[in-house]
Amino acid sequence: MVRHALLQLKPAKGQIRHNLEHLERTLLDLKDEHIDVAVVPEAYPTGYFLQGGVRELALTAAELVGRLSAWHAEHYRDPLDLVIGFYERDGGDYYNSAAYLELGGRGLVHLHRKIFLPTYGVFDEERFLGRGHELASFNTRFGRAAILICEDFWHTVTATTVALQGADVIYVPSASPARGLAGAAPANVERWEMLARAVSGEHGLYVALASLVGSEAGKLMSGGSLLAGPEGEVLARAPVFAEAALLADVDLDRIPPVRYDNPMLADLKAGMPLIFPEMRKIVEEL
Amino acid sequence: MKIVRGVPAHEALDLDYPLVASALTRFIREELGGRGYEKAVVAVSGGVDSAVTLALAARALGPEKVHALSLPHEESAPESSAHALLVCESLGVALETVDITPMVEGYAAQTPQITPRRKGNVMARARMIVIFDKSEQYRALPLGTGNKTERLFGYFTWHADDSPPVNPLGDLYKTQVWGLAEHLGVPEEIVRKAPTADLEPGQTDEADLGVSYRRADVILEHYLKGYPDSYIVGLGYTPDEVALVKRRVNRTHYKRHLPAVALVSSTAIGEFYLRPLDFRLED
Repeated sequence: MVRHALLQLKPAKGQIRHNLEHLERTLLDLKDEHIDVAVVPEAYPTGYFLQGGVRELALTAAELVGRLSAWHAEHYRDPLDLVIGFYERDGGDYYNSAAYLELGGRGLVHLHRKIFLPTYGVFDEERFLGRGHELASFNTRFGRAAILICEDFWHTVTATTVALQGADVIYVPSASPARGLAGAAPANVERWEMLARAVSGEHGLYVALASLVGSEAGKLMSGGSLLAGPEGEVLARAPVFAEAALLADVDLDRIPPVRYDNPMLADLKAGMPLIFPEMRKIVEEL
Repeated sequence: MKIVRGVPAHEALDLDYPLVASALTRFIREELGGRGYEKAVVAVSGGVDSAVTLALAARALGPEKVHALSLPHEESAPESSAHALLVCESLGVALETVDITPMVEGYAAQTPQITPRRKGNVMARARMIVIFDKSEQYRALPLGTGNKTERLFGYFTWHADDSPPVNPLGDLYKTQVWGLAEHLGVPEEIVRKAPTADLEPGQTDEADLGVSYRRADVILEHYLKGYPDSYIVGLGYTPDEVALVKRRVNRTHYKRHLPAVALVSSTAIGEFYLRPLDFRLED
């Protein structure tokens, strides 16, 4: 069992030091829970809507890793893995990124830069950020994982790709303003759950969604973080709007029997030689 | 074979009001908290919008942290003040009355040709003078009460009703405000009475607008979501109603924006220099 904490946190806009301290306090409060992997939402250190303020607040991956590693060394003997979304600066380039950190171990294990930058409606990411160009699964000390940030996950082909690369857990840091209040939960929260269940059930893997909360000048980040299991079931679900630490175990041993009984991923692999040439034709015609 | 027919799609305005109330109370608490405030000022007109705003504020902050203001003018309908008191009593919120007659009449006396419409606008702006001063006196943030329908129609006094920095109802149509009012237990006589700005004797919103709120709101929602006029007419609305609604929206876009500023640089505020209103750097 790999004990996960999906941290549905509320940042104060632009207050990086304050927000990282809030994260650190939250983790220390959970110390007795023996968390293996903590997952923190998209853009947590700064808040999500920054417009051109990204230029003033983005961190380099080294700055983020350095800060969190130093804190970890002071308080922990054992390693702690942390998936955290942040605005990243790399020279003159700016990204909406998420890092997989093995604090007290390998440090930065993987860096994912968001590929699908929503630039419509309430969103304006591509005006202020560059797109990532890589989609890769990677090895953690527990198994194989991948990171998709928010809209990356709304295109199921991305999850399909990392599943084919062997990911057993997909981490999804997100920031999703609540909209559509006609049902018992906001429509975007229902959409997230539907997607997470469909992806986890299709490929027989875990989806760990950590979703931001807090009102950002009227945009109420919805929360509704969840862990979905390999049979497409929701194993744990956080409330909407409120801060919460969602604790849930990922049992990687469940994956082989589930995939044996429901071999969708194996069937997909077998079918890829049929599908891929069609996909390539579509790309070539773009 | 049983034949099952799909129902043609249409946009529903009905909301889950417990969820809406939960979202809006959290919004009030967090937007005030983020600005360093624990208290709110709400001007209570006796109408449903300010009654709902007050009820949400009382839920969000506690009734003792909400300052309700009744701001009558001698020409205001007596019913308005009575309803303002009724809603405050139902919520346990203390009500303070400031008569704006001397402020308004002091100006009107110097402006003998003033029309009822202009005087109504002076009343609305006088109320904002009081609200913002009371805000400073009590260190309590003013809450706006304007709803989405009147904002879309531009049916408000510019730089008056739209001035408060935090507005919980601005994305709810009037129809939805009524629904929320019922959920929150706003007294029935306030929910059921004909909406009025009460800026001129005998005025009602729907007579001013030329269309009922319930019909206008359905038209607005379909128009904003990109349905063509013919589709809206197919739902049972007249071409004249659709045209009226669209005209009101499209003649008033300026009222929903900050003033036009001559752009002469590549650092023009809000054009090149873009920061959200809650943006801050660490001290």
